[in-house]
Amino acid sequence: FTSGSRTLRSDKVTVHFINRDGEKITVKGSPGDSLLDVVINEDLDIDGFGACEGTLACSTCHLIFEEDAFKQLGRITDEEMDMLDLAYGLTDTSRLGCQVCLTKSLDGLVARVPESVADARQSQDG
Amino acid sequence: NNMVLHASFSSRSPKFCVVGGGPAGFYTAQHVLRARQDVEVDVYERLPVPFGLVRFGVAPDHPEVKNVINTFTQTAKHSRCNFYGNVNVGKDVSLGELRQAYHAVVLSYGAEDNRRMGVPGEDLAGVYSAKDFVGWYNGLPSCQELSPDLSGDTAVVLGQGNVALDVARILLSPVDILKKTDITQPALEALEKSQVRRVLIVGRRGPVQIACTIKELREMAKLPGTRPQMLASDFDGVAEALKDVPRPRKRLTELLLKTALEVPDEDEQERRRRASRVWAFRFFRSPVEVLAGPGTSRTAGIRLAVNRLEGSGERAHAVLTGEVEDVPCGLIISSIGYRSTLVDPSVPFDSRKAIVPNINGRVHQGLYCSGWLKTGPTGVIATTMNNSFDTAKSLTDDMASGAVDLSAAKAGSQSIAGLLEKRGVKPVTFSDWEKIDSVETSRGEATGKPREKLLTVQEMLQVAHQ
Ligand SMILES: Cc1cc2nc3c(=O)[nH]c(=O)nc-3n(C[C@H](O)[C@H](O)[C@H](O)COP(=O)(O)OP(=O)(O)OC[C@H]3O[C@@H](n4cnc5c(N)ncnc54)[C@H](O)[C@@H]3O)c2cc1C
Ligand code: FES
Repeated sequence: FTSGSRTLRSDKVTVHFINRDGEKITVKGSPGDSLLDVVINEDLDIDGFGACEGTLACSTCHLIFEEDAFKQLGRITDEEMDMLDLAYGLTDTSRLGCQVCLTKSLDGLVARVPESVADARQSQDG
Repeated sequence: NNMVLHASFSSRSPKFCVVGGGPAGFYTAQHVLRARQDVEVDVYERLPVPFGLVRFGVAPDHPEVKNVINTFTQTAKHSRCNFYGNVNVGKDVSLGELRQAYHAVVLSYGAEDNRRMGVPGEDLAGVYSAKDFVGWYNGLPSCQELSPDLSGDTAVVLGQGNVALDVARILLSPVDILKKTDITQPALEALEKSQVRRVLIVGRRGPVQIACTIKELREMAKLPGTRPQMLASDFDGVAEALKDVPRPRKRLTELLLKTALEVPDEDEQERRRRASRVWAFRFFRSPVEVLAGPGTSRTAGIRLAVNRLEGSGERAHAVLTGEVEDVPCGLIISSIGYRSTLVDPSVPFDSRKAIVPNINGRVHQGLYCSGWLKTGPTGVIATTMNNSFDTAKSLTDDMASGAVDLSAAKAGSQSIAGLLEKRGVKPVTFSDWEKIDSVETSRGEATGKPREKLLTVQEMLQVAHQ
């Protein structure tokens, strides 16, 4: 929490991550940072996130957004769509976190980490 | 002995080991290490070098995919993790001995064998399995004698999955691209002299059933110096079949249709005109027999049965029409799947699916599996990651519930080290691997490659233990 204090508060963009277990984690990132950068900089504990380190070669940075937010996230390239198609639990409002960059207008963005295969099965079992 | 030095952990902590140092082994270890602060894990790997198919499978022109190595390295260097390469489980040490030494054992040794076509002529010169061909260009020590014959004009790749497309792409890629990758020097030199100008990628079923992913198809479509050459008739009815399929299948098929049928824009037309090499999918064909040249035992062609489809979508199956077709070719690479093998007779094995039967990774009490051994040889690293986390969760749940008995202290690697020493096996630790790594990267630097791999186990051991 000390890392962000040097920059002016108003420069930062607030992002809420909803973790696999439903826990909400609120952090701040700088405009221009990707959501993968935010996860790394803030040392968020999302196991396996960002396996290819943002090079569009894995789909482990899959995040799900609310419809309105999704529309504001900017263009999706064919290459991102290609990798997304391999993501587990793909939705119509899915993006790859390494391809979504923060802008000031995204302040308050909510990004949900999809359940892993294991978690999905767990919640089915009750 | 290095192993004893490393194994200075508290004797009472829960100890488990993973068999196999590929993605499954490392992801399983990672997840358990995070979930419990007291567990110690040892990774046993047959080869002197870690990372499994990330090193020996993933294509050399996909360096980004190999970034996962950084995470595996972090896991291997974790204070509660140790890596022991050059230990062949089932030969140097038995599974029974491991189960004695640890509270739990996770089998994650992958799928090292391949399915056979089961047709006459399969063993003629000029026929290779994709597993061996990939192992050859990626520096797998056991495949270095392969020296595939690339003197023919046409190559036939049987199978239409990602591995088949990797093979086709490597055969057709401009050498200028490959020489900046970690492809082995002997493979690079052979590909430089290669006469292969045309690669046919053959599948039993149709365009809607193709098994590759869209990323690999897009790469083929853009591959410099090549052009696609498809048969329009193969795509009859395909556009209509697309209405209700899920998005990934839909986008893949649309790209296929575009590549095969659409009149390209001018730039693309120009690109195709200049292309000297050709790739093509051939659908609705199954191998019947590999044909030798007259009076030789060398491959001169392949006889393919013509199929039609019964049913539709993913479930459609190929039925023989009785018609056959002969395709002249000098090289055949069969890419119809990898296959797991059994390392110990006490482990249950489903030989039809070639997997260890399991429930959420549980095999027996104290015995687990993850990765391709658990699921069969399909899916990408992310799939392997998810199923390995799944197994890790079963393991930690069982440790918590008492289903894995932690009451007795286990000796872990200390007792295994003794056995190995008696048997004259010297393990390669992770810091030993880092010596190999640094020799490889500095050799690569000299030629402008990310690394130049050592190609024999002997050479690897020499560097590791110097
Ligand atoms: C040709 C090819 C290309 C691929 N390309 C991609 C790609 O571009 N992107 C992607 O996401 N995925 C790719 N994959 C898939 C990916 O490689 C797999 O998902 C993953 O490697 C499976 O992990 P695993 O640990 O189960 O098996 P492996 O990676 O095979 O690891 C098993 C390990 O166990 C070791 N072992 C075997 N027997 C023993 C024994 N008796 N004792 C001790 N150790 C043993 C092996 O040496 C090996 O290191 C590719 C696969 C192939 C075959
Ligand atoms: S981190 Fe791999 S695709 Fe985003």
